[in-house]
Amino acid sequence: MDTDTEATSPAPTSATARPDLPDDHQPDRAGRPRRGEAAPRRSATRALARLSPYAGAVRTPLLVSTSLALLAVLAGLAMPLAIGAAIDGPVTERDLAGLMWMAGLVLLLGLVESGLHLARRRVMSGPTTAVEARMRQDLFHHLQRLPVSFHDRWPSGQLLSRAVNDLSTIRRFFAFTSVFIVVNAITILVGLAILFSISPVFALVMVVIGIPTALITLRIELRYNAESRLSQDQQGDLATTFEESVLGVRVLKSLGRGRHLARHFTAQARELRGTELRKIHLLGSAWLWIMVLPELGVAAMIAYGGYGVATGTMTVGSLVAAITILAYLRFPIDSMGWLFSEANEAATASDRYWEVRDSPRELADPAEPAELPRPVRGELRFEDVRFHYSAAGGADERAGGAEVLRGVDLTLVPGETMALVGATGCGKTTLTALASRLADPTGGRVTLDGVDLRDLRLADLRTAVTTAFEDPVLFSASVRENVRLGAPDATEEEVVAALRVAHALDFVSALPWGLDTRIGEQGLSLSGGQRQRLALARAVVGRPAVLVLDDPLSALDVHTEAEVEAALRRVLTGVTALLVAHRPSTVRLADRVALLEDGRVTAVGTHHELLASEPGYRALLATPDDEDGGDEVAGPAGNEVPSR
Amino acid sequence: MNDPADTAAPDARRAAAPPPVPRAEGADPPAPAATRPGAGTSGRDDDWRGVAVEDVEDPAGQASLRLERRSRRLLGELLRPRRGAVALALLLTVLQNASYLAGPLLVAGAIDVGLPAALDGRPEPLLWFVLGYAGAAIASAVLQFAFITLSGRLGQDVLLELRQRLFRHAQRLSVSFHDGYTSGRMISRMTSDMESLDRLLAEGLDGLFTSLLSMIGIAALLLWMDAPLALIMLAALVPLVLVAGWFRSRSRSAYRRTRSSMANVITHLVETMNGVRAVQAYRREQRNDEIMGEACGEFRRANKRALDVLAVFVGATRSLGNLNLVVVLAVGGWWVAEGRLDLGVLTAFLLYLRRFYEPLDRLAMVLDSYTGAAAALEKISGVLAEPLRVAEPSDPVRLVSPRGDVRFEGVEFRYGEDRPPVLPRLDLTLPAGQTVALVGATGAGKSTLAKLLARFYDPTAGRVTLDGADLRDLSDEDLRAAVSMVTQESFLFSGSIADNIRLGRPGATDEEVVAAARAVGAHSFVVSLPEGYRTEVHKRGGRLSAGQRQLIAFARAFLAAPAVLVLDEATSSLDLPAERAVQAALETVLRGRTAVIIAHRLSTVLIADRVLVMDGGRLVEDGPPAELIGSGHGRFHALHEAWRDSLV
Repeated sequence: MDTDTEATSPAPTSATARPDLPDDHQPDRAGRPRRGEAAPRRSATRALARLSPYAGAVRTPLLVSTSLALLAVLAGLAMPLAIGAAIDGPVTERDLAGLMWMAGLVLLLGLVESGLHLARRRVMSGPTTAVEARMRQDLFHHLQRLPVSFHDRWPSGQLLSRAVNDLSTIRRFFAFTSVFIVVNAITILVGLAILFSISPVFALVMVVIGIPTALITLRIELRYNAESRLSQDQQGDLATTFEESVLGVRVLKSLGRGRHLARHFTAQARELRGTELRKIHLLGSAWLWIMVLPELGVAAMIAYGGYGVATGTMTVGSLVAAITILAYLRFPIDSMGWLFSEANEAATASDRYWEVRDSPRELADPAEPAELPRPVRGELRFEDVRFHYSAAGGADERAGGAEVLRGVDLTLVPGETMALVGATGCGKTTLTALASRLADPTGGRVTLDGVDLRDLRLADLRTAVTTAFEDPVLFSASVRENVRLGAPDATEEEVVAALRVAHALDFVSALPWGLDTRIGEQGLSLSGGQRQRLALARAVVGRPAVLVLDDPLSALDVHTEAEVEAALRRVLTGVTALLVAHRPSTVRLADRVALLEDGRVTAVGTHHELLASEPGYRALLATPDDEDGGDEVAGPAGNEVPSR
Repeated sequence: MNDPADTAAPDARRAAAPPPVPRAEGADPPAPAATRPGAGTSGRDDDWRGVAVEDVEDPAGQASLRLERRSRRLLGELLRPRRGAVALALLLTVLQNASYLAGPLLVAGAIDVGLPAALDGRPEPLLWFVLGYAGAAIASAVLQFAFITLSGRLGQDVLLELRQRLFRHAQRLSVSFHDGYTSGRMISRMTSDMESLDRLLAEGLDGLFTSLLSMIGIAALLLWMDAPLALIMLAALVPLVLVAGWFRSRSRSAYRRTRSSMANVITHLVETMNGVRAVQAYRREQRNDEIMGEACGEFRRANKRALDVLAVFVGATRSLGNLNLVVVLAVGGWWVAEGRLDLGVLTAFLLYLRRFYEPLDRLAMVLDSYTGAAAALEKISGVLAEPLRVAEPSDPVRLVSPRGDVRFEGVEFRYGEDRPPVLPRLDLTLPAGQTVALVGATGAGKSTLAKLLARFYDPTAGRVTLDGADLRDLSDEDLRAAVSMVTQESFLFSGSIADNIRLGRPGATDEEVVAAARAVGAHSFVVSLPEGYRTEVHKRGGRLSAGQRQLIAFARAFLAAPAVLVLDEATSSLDLPAERAVQAALETVLRGRTAVIIAHRLSTVLIADRVLVMDGGRLVEDGPPAELIGSGHGRFHALHEAWRDSLV
């Protein structure tokens, strides 16, 4: 479901960033990702310079493309001159042959212009899309290896917007923005020179209208970009609200709160409309200036040129050429503002990209990895393990900085199933995360067969220790692929065997395409029990020595619970297992039970031992029958059932 | 001609809007704007993805320029109240075009009339032409501004209304409709389809209109100025139309590929990030890198193709434009030389030529987003046209302080006309205040009964009444205030925990919220969170355990304090202390209220006043639990035995 949300919401980008302050220092709040803000910025040029490792790959095409574009633009600029010459020369002199020559020249210039533009685009399309793909893959590669605590802090929408939008902006920067900042600047200078040669006054006119046009468009562009980001955020929020209203339609109906949410939705939609209207207003004002200023320039030129023609200091052809050149220069001038704001966007995008790339991979392979003694026996030992979520990182949603685990000592004998029981929020899940090193303890150590987990290669460790989570994550892929997640090299037989162990083979065979059926968000949806059994199959397919199961029975109804329970019984034979349990039925699968209270293991024993000796345990797991007197429910004959 | 921007940008945040500066000339290919991953069904060559039912809804691409009748009607409904504004916008754009087209004409006048007069020593006509030119430019710009803002406002108003309509309609549609339609498709209506419409508006439906108008205007003007030369110029339209046609067909398939391949990138990224624990725990990184490499490569190829197609198109139109320019120059120049044409007219032609070609690049692009938007509108109108099967009565019966007396009278229910009945004729009376447990195997009809009571469905025959009133005759408000249902899937909305509880009764005070949480035993875990009741629920409560989410859902229902409470497997995720707390709450907070409990755990069932055992849609046992157990035989007795044995 979450996949849906994040993908749907037009990935939020910066909303409150002030890109109009190129050197601003964005406030940085404890390293948390700020929704809708740009990364803290030092300087746009420095941000762009960070792209240089990737720019290297496109340097040659970039130079070629810039040269081609320049030639094309110059050819385009020469066309009005040739036309002017044609009018002044052959047309006025009635020289037909000369006219044809001039027409031929214009044709040549025109074909060169369009041909070079075509070539320029084709030269760039390959290399720039390749750089974009490379950067995206590198980002993804890095993201996958960042610690879970990073992902707890960063919503996937934020990462998505970096991987998609920001990289697209960067590609545009390489393919277009950087090229045309150079080309347009040269074009403007050349055009200015030509106008100057026709008449210095014309050049002056162009300068007088050109500078304000560029400045105004830049200013409007920057504001427009800010509004665009805001609008994307608002669209994302709106999408989220609608999504929730659809996914939670049963809740809304059963509580009759549809209207309540509708008001909320309307308010959000109105806000979005307001932003869009501001954008439209900006767009309108940009057009206003873009249309008015150059036209006033043309008017001034006609007035001055007409006077010149009348007084004989200028030819009609030069006047027409000057007017056409000014028309030709409109785009370079108008676009300068836009190009600079695009460059600024690209700098922001680069910052946002590197902000993620620079995040450290905290859990890395040791420099000198220890070898795990083979065969792995599966003795998992927690020694005075402590854990707290750091203030800057970690799941700061939970107790900020408070110690969740305060010296856990626990040893799992090879082959035994140990249930972990504790009140909600006591750190059970945290403890399970340490076993496969999804996080490292902040104190003490965890060992497998006597070796500190931190001394092992991650790949070795995670082959030996497999974790199944409370919420079985299925990917949009075939059943086979989902099971093979646990062992990429597993053969068909091994996959089938794992499914059989997990009591999943029957329902998988009944799926429309069997093992090939796509499941997950984009495929067939499975029931909770089916998902859990697939997750179990995935956990056992690689034949790990240690299995960590975070209550695989929690979100199931009783029928499915029975099915999964049966599957579990078979899964748990022959491996060391740490099993988080909430209910007696799950605990019954275990050989021993560890009671986690206040961040420590306070008791270890069998279910019945703990029931007898630990009041805390009784409160958590005693069924009515276990309690003294059976005051809630039936005694053996059922005659003690209280009737109301 | 100006350089069109190479912004073939697969921009997930809508690169759609033409930026203020006319870079939109080159225009972006329709961005795969945060495309729903649902569209990614291209997995032919990559078998790891597995097989799924193709998204049959994906428009076959045969979208014509004509709107379907349903869409036309919807559009008519939306625009009718805004007739005045539409007319004004039309007027503005006609005036704007007129003043815009006046420009070159005035230049021609300046050259042909003003200059000779100036040469004769009379500069006034030239001055007038210059002033006229400036005036026309200013008028054109101001009119353009007015048109952009007015038409933009119109578009946004229509979009706002459409969004609201869709939201309200979606809320009114029955649960069975939602089940069949699936949430993914419904969400697409509001997100990607609305984006298609928005993109069309932003990319310039107005611009398209203006462009067409200006092309027609220019053609007419040129014909008037000099018909033969104009015809020569307009002849170039034929190859242009051919090129545009080629481009449309090529670009459509190219953009479809960029969209679907980007959807794959997005899906893969999001799934990986959301499931990063599993990815790392199962050493999936390498394989994921490969898959991402493929997806990025696919997108790269598709995007390169789209860019190349665009490059050819832009190159071709520009070549044609330049060719046309040369022809006009050669022929026109010849005619001027022969005295058949005024020099000013030739100049005007050369200037108009540019304006004529300017919108062309854009036209092909906008047509593309137009067809996309038309398909989107069709899908949206389809949802809006969906009749409300479980509709509110037009003249509801008032329900004042409901007691909670529920009756099923000859109720029959089947999920489809030709499907066998799930409930064949059921008669049942639940007196106010009774706590009833429904027991039976999966498929026995327990949940159906609960859903009929909550009016998620209407019975196919017979009626369900509350305090004597048919549920179908009650207003939604009254019904929902009286009957609440808590299910196993406890959905949390974004917002704080307090917000989520308060959903039960929006006006509730903080104290009441806390009291409800206390009653169900949720208080202690809530206050242990760093921000207590103000803790934000992220990703639908992903950070809370299933049990915690369910407790919040309970607190919500308790706060609502309905006369009838329906619990469908609502305690299954709770651990024992929590379940005990909920049961205690049922006995205290809900004392005197009617409660229907569906549960597999007998511990839950045993607090009931009455147990109904269902089988095949029929009631097979009915009585107080103690009595049924004590009977020494029967299903409930057997269930109870089995349960006790399981407790070892």
